[in-house]
Amino acid sequence: MAQPQMRKPVEHFLDNKKFLHPKLAANYGNWKYHDRPRPGVLHHVSNTGDEVWSVRAGTQRQMDVYTIRKLCDIADQFAEGRVRFTIRSNIEFILSDEKKVAPLIAELEKNGFPVGGTGNSVSMVAHTQGWLHCDIPGTDASGVVKSMMDALFDEFKNEEMPNRVRLSTSCCEINCGGQADIAVIIQHTKPPKINHDLVANVCERPAVVARCPVAAIRPALVNGKPTLEIDEKKCICCGACYPPCPPMQINDPQPSQLAIRVGGKNSNARSKPTFHKMVAAGLPNNAPRWPEVNEIVKKILMTYKADARPWERMADWIDRIGWPRFFEKTGLPFTKYMIDDWRGSRYNLNASAHVRF
Amino acid sequence: MAKQPHATPLLDQLETGPWPSFVTGLKRLAKDKDYVVDLLGHLEHSYKTRKGYWKGGTVGVFGYGGGVIPRFTEIKDEKTGEPVFKDAAEFHTIRIMPPAGWHYDTDTLRKFCDIWEKYGSGLIALHGQTGDIMLQGCTTENVQPAWDQINEMGFDMGGAGPAVRTGMSCVGAARCEQSCYDEAKAHQMIINRFLDDIHRPALPYKFKFKFSGCGNDCMNSIQRSDMAIIGTWRDNMSTDEALAKKWFAKHGLNELINDVVSMCPTRAIQLKDSKDVRKDAHVSAVAVNDSQSLEIDNKDCVRCMHCINVMTGALGPGKDKGATILVGGHSHLKIGATMGTVVVPFFDLKKDEDYENLVELAGTMVDFFAENALEHERIGETIERIGLVNFLEGVGLDVDANMVNNPRMNPYVRTDGWDEEVAKINAKKAAA
Repeated sequence: MAQPQMRKPVEHFLDNKKFLHPKLAANYGNWKYHDRPRPGVLHHVSNTGDEVWSVRAGTQRQMDVYTIRKLCDIADQFAEGRVRFTIRSNIEFILSDEKKVAPLIAELEKNGFPVGGTGNSVSMVAHTQGWLHCDIPGTDASGVVKSMMDALFDEFKNEEMPNRVRLSTSCCEINCGGQADIAVIIQHTKPPKINHDLVANVCERPAVVARCPVAAIRPALVNGKPTLEIDEKKCICCGACYPPCPPMQINDPQPSQLAIRVGGKNSNARSKPTFHKMVAAGLPNNAPRWPEVNEIVKKILMTYKADARPWERMADWIDRIGWPRFFEKTGLPFTKYMIDDWRGSRYNLNASAHVRF
Repeated sequence: MAKQPHATPLLDQLETGPWPSFVTGLKRLAKDKDYVVDLLGHLEHSYKTRKGYWKGGTVGVFGYGGGVIPRFTEIKDEKTGEPVFKDAAEFHTIRIMPPAGWHYDTDTLRKFCDIWEKYGSGLIALHGQTGDIMLQGCTTENVQPAWDQINEMGFDMGGAGPAVRTGMSCVGAARCEQSCYDEAKAHQMIINRFLDDIHRPALPYKFKFKFSGCGNDCMNSIQRSDMAIIGTWRDNMSTDEALAKKWFAKHGLNELINDVVSMCPTRAIQLKDSKDVRKDAHVSAVAVNDSQSLEIDNKDCVRCMHCINVMTGALGPGKDKGATILVGGHSHLKIGATMGTVVVPFFDLKKDEDYENLVELAGTMVDFFAENALEHERIGETIERIGLVNFLEGVGLDVDANMVNNPRMNPYVRTDGWDEEVAKINAKKAAA
């Protein structure tokens, strides 16, 4: 039988111009300033005097086609058939008429899409795939996010934080969710369990050995079969060997726990960008609602909200009050696991007489 | 009508609460699709046992080597070895590059929905952490026909594996007064230059480009991209007296001092009596009321964006715009998370020709990476291994004091080429 003719792909990254709202296209590169008339709404004014109102709403990110079609219906009705998405999976409707703002908000909220996520709010969590699709997830992302956003719903809809708050969740320590003011990340606590019968057939062993950040993996012979073994004293339980070698199973519901890191900041505003730092670990992977994680995230957020000055991001606030007071105010225990011992770690230690009492 | 749903007591708990629920969306799809019925069963099993059950494999489309993320179930019947959730035994994702800035018209989104309802699960993530449209859930058989139709729409596949990856750019010039270059144009030109490297993974590891229009870096480019292009300007900050006075009238002196002047990281801003404002060429000044002005020494300013964020429109970027380029940001694997390092303090981005130069520089970076990085090494790790100076010499860039926080602290260096280096620098200065 003849092979069916395969279609050759057209390789081209398309131009975004035809997707722009007409007012955005007309004023491209010519905006003058913006303000925020209310939470969830940005008002941009161009040098020509043109104005647009962008209404931002939260979504569940992984959307069924019915949800997307509903959002399209709303865009057709109010926003000249155009939408855009933010990096945190919020949807934005661009309006050229201020009078449409209130009816659009009413329509979005009626359909279950919260309006907010602008300015000094807690925006939607940037997150990963988790159990739904990932091949190496220690936990689910969508479920953790849904639970967190339920708990932080009012903080999404209002702008009552000292500065913007960006959250992320990641289903393994590779941290695909990214740096954030507060990040929730799985932390494995036991070395992988190796199925020695499968390693030789499934894994490219030298590549797996090379992948280990602490050189804890070495070739071995078990029951006459070539395989890999782990120096369990060296192993940091990062899970990096698992993707290239699934017989090195890192996921285990019991010892895989969630950790919380704070103070990541991607912006260059005021201070240089920062990475987040671990402030809690050992939290149970408690599907479907992860209440222990939620409680600590909320506690950190509310402490920040009450204590930080205007425009201080989480990192700026901690920089002012100091880590001892951060732990004191949040009630979180400072443990030996928070003292860095990775390369360059001494730069993270206090080499001064600056001590807080 | 689809088959009988599996009991999902754990997932059901994610339907309560005010935030939009992905579980509710999945259940709606499951009314018509056996595929999603079994997907829900599969996911519930993960929630119950607290483990993931997807493994990778090899699935692709004709002509490309990457862009499809294959997933096969590992929940198998112990006796027969057959998948327990047989209708969802394959759950592949297709990564599609979205328009720069994630702008859409509704026709396009509806077409994606129609295609994915027909060939896939009907579940679409807008967007994944790679910046892609994630068409989640498709059988091996349906990947090619779904892709053919998507490609007919004018969309192309994103990157996966050791390849140049899908780029990301902020809303930028389309709707932001802080934009310092045409982010979408740079994004589109660079991605179109690297289509072969995106679709046929042959690099040591991934290489990501991200485009942010200013130092607010909404694309997290310093932390998350191998080459970050961040908008900036060289001349004086712009000012608008009417908007400055309007801001002051609303916010007052305390906020001006506490939120603007005191928070400038380099103490470049001072509040002065208007009559005392310096007239230097590198000073920007704007009156906030009848007697007082903000005075900004642009030589001290680091373009951090804080005061511009607070007093939007009253203060703004200058006119001599371009980008700062950093190389080497990536997440933890393998040496720990590292941020990008400045390798070009200012790259002019005004004329078409400037953008072509940017594409050329990107090409030099990727070529250097392809030839010099070890397997599974990101460019930031290569730089850490070989040192920034070797990298700069490899890609043909000059050293600049903006590339360091501070000069070398340790004495462990040979300086026997010192005189030649100084002579080279002086010759360049003289020629400029």
